[in-house]
This record gives sequence, structure tokens and C-alpha cells, in this order.
Amino acid sequence: MDQTSRVLQIDLYYDLGESGGRLLIMPDVQTLVNELLFKLKKRKIEGSHATARQTAILLRLVISQQRIPYTHQAAALIDAVKAVGEQLVAANPVELAVGNIVRRVLHIIREEDLSLSTVAMVGLNVSAVSDDEGDTDQDDHPVLSAAAVAAASRNTLRPPSLQTLLEDLPDSAAVPHTSSSGDDSEGKSKSADKSSRSRRLKHDVIEAVNELIEDISTSHEQIAEQAVEHIHQNEVILTLGSSRTVLEFLCAAKEKKRSFRVFVAEGAPRYQGHLLAKELVARGLQTTLIADSAVFAMISRVNMVIVGAHAVMANGGVIAPVGLNMVALAAQRHAVPFVVLAGSHKLCPLYPHNPEVLLNELRSPSELLDFGEFSDCMDFGSGMGSPLLHVVNPTFDYVPPKLVSLFITDTGGHNPSYVYRLIADYYSTDDLVLQRKPAPVN
Amino acid sequence: MAPKRIRARAVSDDPEDLARVPLQAVLLADSFTTRFRPITLERPKVLLPLVNLPMIEYTLAWLESAGVEEVFVFCCAHAKQVMSYLENSQWKSLPKFSVTTIESHNSISAGDALRLIYERNVIHGDFVLISGDTLSNMSLTRALQEHKERKKKDSNAIMTMVVQRSKPSPITQQSRLGTDGLFMAIDPTTKQLLYYEENTNHSKGTLSIDKMLLVDNTSITLHNDIQDCYIDICSLEVLSLFTDNFDYQHLRRHFVKGLLIDDIMGYKIFTHEIHSSYAARVDNYRGYDTISKDIIQRWTYPLVPDVLSLGNSATKLERQGMYRSSEIGQSRSAQIGPHTVIGTGTTIGSNTKITNSVVGKGCTIGSNAVIEGSYVWDNVIIEDECELRHAIVCDGVVMKSRSVLKPGVVLSFKVVIGQNFVVPPYSKVSLLKQPTKQDSDEELEYADNNSDTLDSATGTMDKLNGDPLLEFSEMEHHVSSELGYGGVGYIWSLCEGSHEEEWRHSVAPIPAEKLAEITQVIEDDLELVSQDSNAPASSGELKPDTQINAEDDAVYFEKEVEATFLRAVNENVEVDHVILEVNSLRLSYNMQAADCAGAIFHSMMKLALDAPHSMQNELLRNVHNTVNAWQKLLKSYLPGKDEEIEVILKFEEICLESVKELSPLFTQILHLLYDKDIITEEAIEDWESEKKDADEADRVFVKQAEIFLQWLREAPEEDDEEDGE
Repeated sequence: MDQTSRVLQIDLYYDLGESGGRLLIMPDVQTLVNELLFKLKKRKIEGSHATARQTAILLRLVISQQRIPYTHQAAALIDAVKAVGEQLVAANPVELAVGNIVRRVLHIIREEDLSLSTVAMVGLNVSAVSDDEGDTDQDDHPVLSAAAVAAASRNTLRPPSLQTLLEDLPDSAAVPHTSSSGDDSEGKSKSADKSSRSRRLKHDVIEAVNELIEDISTSHEQIAEQAVEHIHQNEVILTLGSSRTVLEFLCAAKEKKRSFRVFVAEGAPRYQGHLLAKELVARGLQTTLIADSAVFAMISRVNMVIVGAHAVMANGGVIAPVGLNMVALAAQRHAVPFVVLAGSHKLCPLYPHNPEVLLNELRSPSELLDFGEFSDCMDFGSGMGSPLLHVVNPTFDYVPPKLVSLFITDTGGHNPSYVYRLIADYYSTDDLVLQRKPAPVN
Repeated sequence: MAPKRIRARAVSDDPEDLARVPLQAVLLADSFTTRFRPITLERPKVLLPLVNLPMIEYTLAWLESAGVEEVFVFCCAHAKQVMSYLENSQWKSLPKFSVTTIESHNSISAGDALRLIYERNVIHGDFVLISGDTLSNMSLTRALQEHKERKKKDSNAIMTMVVQRSKPSPITQQSRLGTDGLFMAIDPTTKQLLYYEENTNHSKGTLSIDKMLLVDNTSITLHNDIQDCYIDICSLEVLSLFTDNFDYQHLRRHFVKGLLIDDIMGYKIFTHEIHSSYAARVDNYRGYDTISKDIIQRWTYPLVPDVLSLGNSATKLERQGMYRSSEIGQSRSAQIGPHTVIGTGTTIGSNTKITNSVVGKGCTIGSNAVIEGSYVWDNVIIEDECELRHAIVCDGVVMKSRSVLKPGVVLSFKVVIGQNFVVPPYSKVSLLKQPTKQDSDEELEYADNNSDTLDSATGTMDKLNGDPLLEFSEMEHHVSSELGYGGVGYIWSLCEGSHEEEWRHSVAPIPAEKLAEITQVIEDDLELVSQDSNAPASSGELKPDTQINAEDDAVYFEKEVEATFLRAVNENVEVDHVILEVNSLRLSYNMQAADCAGAIFHSMMKLALDAPHSMQNELLRNVHNTVNAWQKLLKSYLPGKDEEIEVILKFEEICLESVKELSPLFTQILHLLYDKDIITEEAIEDWESEKKDADEADRVFVKQAEIFLQWLREAPEEDDEEDGE
């Protein structure tokens, strides 16, 4: 029931996009895009979860209102998404979730297009009846089928033999289409089929993006469901700072009648650990608050470190709130498992050798000290014209993959060395560099 | 419901649904000062780039992020430029954030601006008052909430000022933003502002405040380490107050002080101190320098170059506070030091060193140049081997090879500096000629005020370092026609005595020698004060301000009364009207009835004296006539004995000091006053007894009046006897 209502809603969007003229609709999208751009730029959205959700919702709107030409539908969509995506990424390059979602939407478009074209190929080759069959099939498991096709076709990270085998398939599928579009006499018969196909492509893509939004919204619960498998009776868990995923995870274990204790390192300089401790206590968990610098002293009593992440890189390294590298080192020294919780929207297909990615956000030094109190140390008026005291406040740490014992994502637990494989499932290699000029069709 | 209704009654202007009124802000896109001349002759101050972004951009970004929904930008100087900038800016297209410009050409002060805004009737509730050169990252929610709560309890709490801790330099007494010392008295519990005094830097330790402050308030904290952020949350009453008091010009000097002094209306101003957030106003070149560096150090986060950068020119933050935009052509051997910002499309030649500086868009910098602590705006061409130290270089300037800018130099738009030319320290160069005389209309009285205090303060300074500076200004006059070979522009000559201000307010750090000198001066002064505390050295500035005011007021008052009286005499104004006029004067100067009586008596004597007379007798007759004519006026200010004594004392003073001629007639006139029932017997007796213990000199008139006094003493007995019979 829920699914059908969602489909209806999408149809509404979709019809709007079709019936309304481009001139009437586009400015509306543009203002929404600008709004999100502005929010990202001014750092008004905090946290990758919210950012990812909003990005996905915006991209869904962009797709639904994009007018599609009869040919190269996928390319048109990809271009539109890329154009918006590029702006969004530039607005806040530090928030990697934006880029992740843009790439995933692009991946979805490619996959849907691929699965449709293979279905169409089959339909053309065999008979017209199969089209209906395919349609019902699509509606039932749109993502599964798309994923299946994609897995069979697009994985460049697979062994080259398999890749080359399957890469030929879409290429051969693409060639007849491009040629047929130019040819009027031949294309006439297919035009009806084509328009329905374009409608269906958009429909399917929106459907899949909806799934993505759903995934993002439920990622906390998905991860939390696995809590009992990892947290055992009478264990001591250490965490640093505050992460909603971690909170839900711990609470889920508590709800399942596990009794355990939590050490919370306060997470200077923002001290979000204080908030987490408060929340945990409110949910009835035995909590101990410690200073960040006391982590090493306490780690020997800890059974497991569970933390959240800002982003997980393709090599299994983690970009995480500042201070976590120290915790990871302490955990390694005492052979305590270091577990990172990350929703799949935090998986980033980039490698941390890329300077773009290692951008750290330097926040205001006033989080460290009171400007008024120290204003005399910041005096520029005398001396060398530059103050002797500098205050630096980076937001993130990079935790290398060898310090991470386990990633828990919404699809289950994974080793750091397996992350690249997960990423291959979610992203297509064509989209890794968003700034590139429009990719060749299919 | 009950408290809501009360509030609605108390705040008549606000509708009951106060919460739903969108938060409004008034942004003054004009500073109404001339600190940034000559640059501001060509471009409004709010559009000057601060770390490669116009200042107004920071202000608007903050207002937007603080939840303000409607901004009224008041444009005055260069209004067209400001308006066209805003028209093309991103702010016009944002939902839930409207920017409306209000243009005016005849406003010369913040007061005028606010009066105009009041006339427009666009502000409907509490609003944020800010000028376009202020930047902040504070959250308004707390301050607004406090303001509204206070307003609910006390409808007189009409303004909340945002303040921040900032210690003034112990040597120069100026804040790190280059503003002069500020002295505030705040009630520590309610945070009410009780006293506000700017320019306290030269009073070196003495400052007098009204003792009533201490009487009225149980606790009071005095601060000289607080900086005014020039962000005010105001209620609607502020606007109407400006309209009611048409002489309010300056926000602080007139409005705030006016409210603090005025105890009739009982309006109150409160302060909100911010601790970790940042707020500052670019008041002068030093403030420009300091705030630029604070931005680079990210105190203003998220208002920092890499977040704010406009358009596509993404600025990236690299190690050690280096901000670099895209498309920079930088030679491999160029050294770009820490805390430097380089704009888009700038090229930098080989072996050039840039440290602690901001370089704008599209600049061309040659090789072997040195740029240190300088602000180079857009499209500047700096040729090989130039040297810039602590200078501001505006758009389109060309510096020919091997030219040098000494610390504190300001080059306005499109100036060309000739080859090998050395621009002397603190000079300001512009394509426009210096206005021949300072236009007093634009300068306003507070500007004059400023220079007054500075002049008095510089007295000692100039003596110490006058000679080298004089040489400088001579040199400047000498070369002002030319800026070296191929140079274009005029060096503005500095006004005499403003050298003090130059180093205080320039971008250059204060030279060590200067600091040493000031320390020396302070020490000397301290010695002087301790040696001879009764007569402080060259004492003008050491006198407590308020006392001067009180004395001044008394003198002014007397003059005003005299003028009124004379006019009354000449124009035959009715006595009742004169009484009315004098009453109003009395209120405005906050005087007592005794003061009025004294002043009127003084004027009467003057009148009598001015009438032609050759002999003592004639003079006496004149006095007689005057007193006859105006006794009603005088009597109306003599409700009791004390006032009468005051008149006698005044009379004595007149006889002793101003009009010696009258002294022989003292007794006669006193008798006359007694006869006319102006002065009663008791008053005269009291006066006599008061004088009993006085010095001989003071008793001259008592002696002179001895016979009269004796007669007085005897007279009543006679009366009694007569009555008895």
C-alpha cells in the first residue's frame, strides 16, 4: 500500500514536469537549488545525514522536472543532475555526502537506463509482448533488477576479463539507438515505444531515488538493528563526541535488554559528548563522561570503541571528528576493536590521496577560547604586525584503514579492505570526477 | 493571557502578535564620517573590500544568518553605487530575506537617517540597527529574547547594545580596533547601561561620574575594557525619539548619552555581552587591518574567505592560513607567506615575497617585489622590485618599478606611482585634489569635537616630535604635484596636528619609537601629577569633563537669561511671557530657582548700568527704575529666603567682580530691594550671620551695610512698639 501511494505521488511530480512548460517550472527548481546551495555555503545544514537527505530530495525534483528529449534521455538526465551536483559540491566541498548522493543518483540513472535498454533490446529482438512483462517486472523490483543488470555490466572494479565481457553489451545496445534517432523512416515506428520508454525511464529513476531517500532516512535504524550482534552483556563501550547513529545503536542494544556501560569522551572543543551523555542517561544507560585526554587511561577497561564518522573513503580510511585518530591509536595499542558506524550515504568513492578530499574545515577559534578574554593577545597594532598567538580549530581527523576493525553500514558489517567493493556497488566509475564535461552517452 | 494583555497595553505600538512580526533591520550604508578619505570620495565605505569582499557583504550575510527577514539599507553617500551593487547581488534573489534600499541625499548623520526611516513608516517592531561596516557572527536569538523580555517587564527598556570584552592597549589607550578608549558603567545584575563616555584615552586616570549614579544603584561595575560592537537591538521608540529630538545626530554621542542623562522620560539602555562570538566595526584604517586579520584567522567563521567567496572563484584554505583562489599564476620562486589571501587571476612574479597581506583579483605583481602586511585591492599592477609595507592600495593602481610605499600609505583608485619614487609614511594619495577646506557641514559637530580633544591631547606630543614631522609635511608640499617620473595623483597634505591621529589610525603597526615616546610621556605626566596634584600639567584635558560642563552650563544659562531679558526690555514683552521663557531655559539647563533669580538680577543690574549715567545718583535712579519695572519678574523666582540670600550674594559678586561702579551703591540698592519687598528682613539677617565667620575681604559689604543692618535690627522693635501702642 505504501509503495503504491508513493508511486502516485511520484506520478504527480512527474505529470507536473511533463505538462507544465519548461519556462514555468525551471525557475522554481532553480530557486530551490539556490536555496540549498545557500544553506550549504553558509554551513547551515549540519551533519551528513541531513545533507544527504536534502540533496537527494532536491535531485529528485530536478529529475522530475527535467524535460526529456526523445533521444539520449539518460544523457539529458545525467547532464541535468551533474550541472546541479557540481554546484552543490562546490558550495561545501568539505561535506562529502553531497558528492556521494549526486554520484549515487547518477549511478541510478545509468543503471535504470541500462536495464531499460537491455529490456528493450530483448523486446525488440523477441516480441512486443515481452514489453508488458518487463514492465510489471520493473514495478515489482525496480532496484533489484537494475542492480542486477548493473552488477552484470558496469563494474569496472571487477577483474578485467569479466568487465570487458559485459562492457560490450551496453555499447552495442547504444549504437543502434543513436543511429536510429537520425533515421526518420525507421524511427517513426518506434516513436510511441520511445516516448513510453522515456516516461518509464524517468519514472524508474525517480522510484529508485525514492528508495535512496528511504535508505538514507532509515539508515540509523538499519544500523541499529545490528547492535545486539556486536554489543554483549556487561561490556564497556567507549565513544567520542556525539553521533546520532551511535546513540541509536547503543539504545537499540539497551532495548534488547543488553546491560552494558558507556564511556563518553567529551569531544573537545565542541563538547558534544556532553549532549550524548545526557541523552544516554535519559534512556537509562550507565554512562561515564571522561575528558578526551583520559581516553588512553581508560582504554584498557574498554571492550569496544564505537564511533560515528563524517565520511568513509574508498580505501577504508575514515574522516571523523577531531580526536578520533588518537582514540583509534589507543584502541590499537590495547587491541580493542575500533568499530565505525556509517550509513551508506557516507561511503565516498574517492581516495584520500586526493587533496580535494582531505580538505579540513577549520572552524572558528572561538570554540577554543573566549575572544574577549584573549583579545589583547591578538593585537596587531604593535610589534611585527602579526599576533604571537594563533588558534587553529580543525574539525576532522583522518583515521587510516589499518586502525579500523570493522565498519557497520546499513547493509551489514564490513572489513576496511572490503569498502572499495561496497563502493563499486553504489557508484559508477564514470561519475567519480563530477567536474568533467558531459560524459559520452552510455 | 493575562501577561500578554499587559504587554499589549504597555507597548502600545506593538500588535499583540509580536512574535509573528518578521525581524527587521536597518542597515546604514554610510558611516557619516570621513575617516576613510580619500578612498571614500570615489566609492562608499560599505563597498570597500575587506579581505576581497565588500564590507556590506559581511553585514548582510550575518543579518541573513541571524534570522533577520527584512533589511532596509539606508544609502546616502554614493547611493547609486550601493543600490546598483545590491541590485546585482545575490541578496535580492533570496527567499525570506528582502533587501530594500532607501535613498537620501541630504542626510548628514545617523540621526537624519533614522528620522527619514521613521517617516517612511516601514519599521513595525523591534529592529536591529547596524551600519554597513560591521561584521559579526553572533547569534541574535539570546539578545533578542532578552530584549523582548525586558521590554515586556519595563516598557522603558528600549535598546540593547551589544558589547564585547576587549582590553585597550596600556600604552596608547586605544582598543585593538584603533578606536579611542571607551568607558562604561554597567549595572552588573540588570546589565543596564548607566554611563557611556568615548574618547577617554587622554584623561589619564581621572574621570568623574555623577555621584547620583552611585546613589541610585546598589551595585555598579565600571569598565574600560569593553568594546562597543555597534550592533543595537532597538524598539520602535528609538525611531520616534530621534524624531522628537531633532538635534540627535550621532548614535552614541547624542542618542545614547542623551538617554542616559535624561531622567524625565526614564528610557533605559541595556547591554548584551558576547563572549565567544565575534563582532566589530571597521571604524578606521587600523580597525580595517585588525578585522582583516581576524577574518583570516577565522574568528569570524563562517564569514571567512573560503566559505563566503562569491561566484565561481572558490577560495581554498591551505596551510598556515593561506587562502588561494583558483587561476593564480604564481612563479615557482615566489614566496607566499602565512596569513595571506590571493584573489582570482592574480599573477605573481619570481622571487616576490608576500606575507600577512591580502591581494585582490586580477593583480599583476612583478618579480622581486616585497609585499608585507598590505592590502592590495583588485586589478593593481605592481612592477618589479616594488616594496609595499603596511599600505592600502586601491583598485587600478599602478606602481612603476622600484617604487616604495612606506608604512601607513593609502593609495586611492587608479593612482600611478612613478619609478623609484618613495611615498613617505602615512601619506594619502588620490587622483582627486584634497578639498581645500574641510567642509564643516559634512564634518558635523562631533567631528569637530573629536579634533578638539585630539588637539588638546597632541599638545605634548607635538612638542616632542614636532620637528621631524614638520619636515615631512614640508616635503610633501614640495612634491605634491608629482609622484615621481610618470606618476599621477596628488599627495594629500596632512592637517597640522593630525599626525597624532595618523599613526594611531593607520594600518601600520605602531612604531616602537612611538610606543617608547608615549610611555615616556605617560611617566612624565604621572610624575607631574604626583608632584603637584593641584595643578596638573597643561591641564585642559585633565579636568573632569562633567565639571567643565556644569560650569559651562552656568555661564551659558546666565547669558541666555540675559539675552531673553534684554529682548523683553527692548520689545516690551509681557512679564508673564518672560517668566515662561526663563522657565523653559531653566528646565533645559537643569537650574534652580535661585540660579534664575541670580541671573535675572544680574541682567537687571547690567541693564541699569547700560542706561546712560554720569553720576552715582543717576545710576541709582536707573537701578531704581529697572527694579520698579521688573520687580514682578524677579519676585516670581524668590519663593523663599534661600533664593533671596542667593540674590544678595550674587549682588555682592557683581559688585566685586564685574561692575565695580555699583559697589558704593551697595547699601542703597539693598535698601531699595528691601523697600520693594523683594528681599525680606530675615534674608538680610541670615546673610549677615552667614558672613560673620567669613574673611575680612568677604565682609566688605557687610561693613558697608552696617548702618542699614543696624537700622533693620532696630526697626522691628519700633514697629512692635508702635503696634503695642
